[in-house]
Amino acid sequence: MRALTDGTVTGLAILATLIVVAPLIAIFVYLIYMGASSLNLDFFTQIPKPVGESGGGMANAIVGSAILLALASLIGVPIGIGAGIFLAEFGRGSKLANGIRFTADVLNGVPSIVMGLAAYALIVSEQKHFSAFAGGIALGFMMIPTVCRTSEEMLLMVPNVIREAALGLGVPNWRSVLSITVKTASPGIITGCMLAFARVAGETAPLIFTALGNQFWSTSLNEPIAALPLQIYVYALSPYDDWHRLAWAGSLVLIVLIVLAVSLVRFVASRGVLKGAS
Amino acid sequence: MGVGIEVINLNAWYGTNHTLQDINLNMPANHATALIGPSGCGKSTFVRCLNRMHETNPVGRVTGTVRIGDLDVYKDTKAVEIRRRVGMVFQRPNPFPTMSIYDNVAAGLKLNGYSNRRALDEIVERSLKNSALWDEVKDDLKKKSGASLSGGQQQRLCIARALAVDPEVLLMDEPASALDPVSTSKIEDLIFQLKSQYTIVIVTHNMQQAARVAEKTGFFLNGRMVEFDSTHKIFTNPSDKRTEDYITGRFG
Repeated sequence: MRALTDGTVTGLAILATLIVVAPLIAIFVYLIYMGASSLNLDFFTQIPKPVGESGGGMANAIVGSAILLALASLIGVPIGIGAGIFLAEFGRGSKLANGIRFTADVLNGVPSIVMGLAAYALIVSEQKHFSAFAGGIALGFMMIPTVCRTSEEMLLMVPNVIREAALGLGVPNWRSVLSITVKTASPGIITGCMLAFARVAGETAPLIFTALGNQFWSTSLNEPIAALPLQIYVYALSPYDDWHRLAWAGSLVLIVLIVLAVSLVRFVASRGVLKGAS
Repeated sequence: MGVGIEVINLNAWYGTNHTLQDINLNMPANHATALIGPSGCGKSTFVRCLNRMHETNPVGRVTGTVRIGDLDVYKDTKAVEIRRRVGMVFQRPNPFPTMSIYDNVAAGLKLNGYSNRRALDEIVERSLKNSALWDEVKDDLKKKSGASLSGGQQQRLCIARALAVDPEVLLMDEPASALDPVSTSKIEDLIFQLKSQYTIVIVTHNMQQAARVAEKTGFFLNGRMVEFDSTHKIFTNPSDKRTEDYITGRFG
C-alpha cells in the first residue's frame, strides 16, 4: 500500500513536470520548423527591405532590442535591488516599507500596455516624438517590481545568524548589509533580475507608443528604434508570406537570444563561487 | 590581553517582557566565567547585553551599566567599537557561506577597511592556529568555502574569525551545543588555552562543561542571577537552595 502511494505521488509529480516542460519544447520545435529556413546571414546583417523586395533581415531590430533592454536593465536593476534592500533590511515592518511593497505589487499587476501609455503621456507627448529612451524607460519600470520583490524575498531568506555574525565583528550595519547579506543572497537576486529581463525582453505593447519601431538603422536614444517584438508584430500581421517567415525567424531569434543572455549572466555569476558554498 | 567586566544593575526587556532583572556581577580578567541556568532564564540575553547585540532586536531595551576594562559600554561609546573589542561566538556555527575560509577569518578586518595583505596573511594564520584549525585547513584556505567544513570545524572557524579582530573579551553563547562530543572536547580545550589571552564568558547548558572550563560560575533563573561564585563552590557547596536543586537535576 505504501509502495503504491509512493509510486502514485512520484508518477503524478513526473507527469506535472512533463506538462510544464512540454509547451516550451513544443514552441521551440515549432519555431525551428517555421523559422529556421529563413535564418541566414542576411537576417543578422541586413535591415528590412521595402515591401515587394524579397530578402532583408532584422539586424536593426536585434540591435534595437539590445539597446532597449540595456537601458531598461540600467533603470530596473539598480532601483529594484535598492528598493528590495530597503524593504528587507532597513525598513522591515515600517509603514513606509508596507506602502512600498503594496505599490510594487500593484505596479507588477499593471498591464504592460498601460505602462506604455503612461510612458507615452509622460515622455513622448512631452518631447513630441517617439524615442528609444521612452521605450527603455517603460520597460525599465516594468522590471522594477519583479526585481524589488524577488530581491526582498531572497534577502529575507538569509538567516539572521549571518547578519549577527557580521554585526558581532563590529561591522557597521550598512556595510554588513551590502557586503554580507546582499552577497549571500546574490544568486537569488540575479535570478530575479533575469526573470524580469526575460519578461520585458518579449514585450510588445509598451513599445508600440514609445519606441514605435523603425525600418532603418538607428541607434540614437532620441529617435524611434526598431525592436524584435515590434518587428515580429508588424510582420506577422502583414499580408506577405515572406514577412510571415521572417516573423517566425524573428521569434526564434528572440527566444534564443533571451536564453543566451540568461545563461551568460548565470555563467558569469557562478564563476568565483567556492566549493561547498550554497 | 583580557580585561575585567563589571555589570551594575543591568535590566533588559524584549518588548514588555522583562527578561533580565537587576544583574550585578564582576567577571575577572583572563578567566573563564560560565553562565548556567534553564532555558529562557536570560543567560543568552545577558551576554548579548555585554556587546550590545541585544539592541539589534527592534524590541530589545537595556538599562544599567556595563564596564569592560576602561570602556563604559552604554555611555559615550559606539556599538561597533564595543563589538570590535568584545568578540562573540554563537550557538549555531555561522560562517559566511559565500566566503572562503581565509576571507571568513579576515572578514572582520576587511569589512572595517583593513587592507594590508601581508599583515592579513599573518593574522589569518595566527587566528587559525589559536583556534586549533590551521592544520586541518591550511591547504584550502582560499579554495574552500567556510560552509564546506564540518560543524565542529565551522565553529572553530567562527572562533578564529572572532579572534582575528583582536578582542579583549570573548563571549560564547552555547558554542558546543550543536556539536558532537569530539568537537565539543576540542572547543573546551581551546577555551582553556584562550583564557591566558582573553577574558571568556561562556553560556552553557552542560554543567560538566562549566565545571571543566570555568573558574567562576553564575546561576541564572527567571531573569535573575541567583548565585555567582567560584565554580568549585557552586558545584560542591552552593549557598542557595535553588542552585543546589538545579545542579543536582531536580529541575531545569
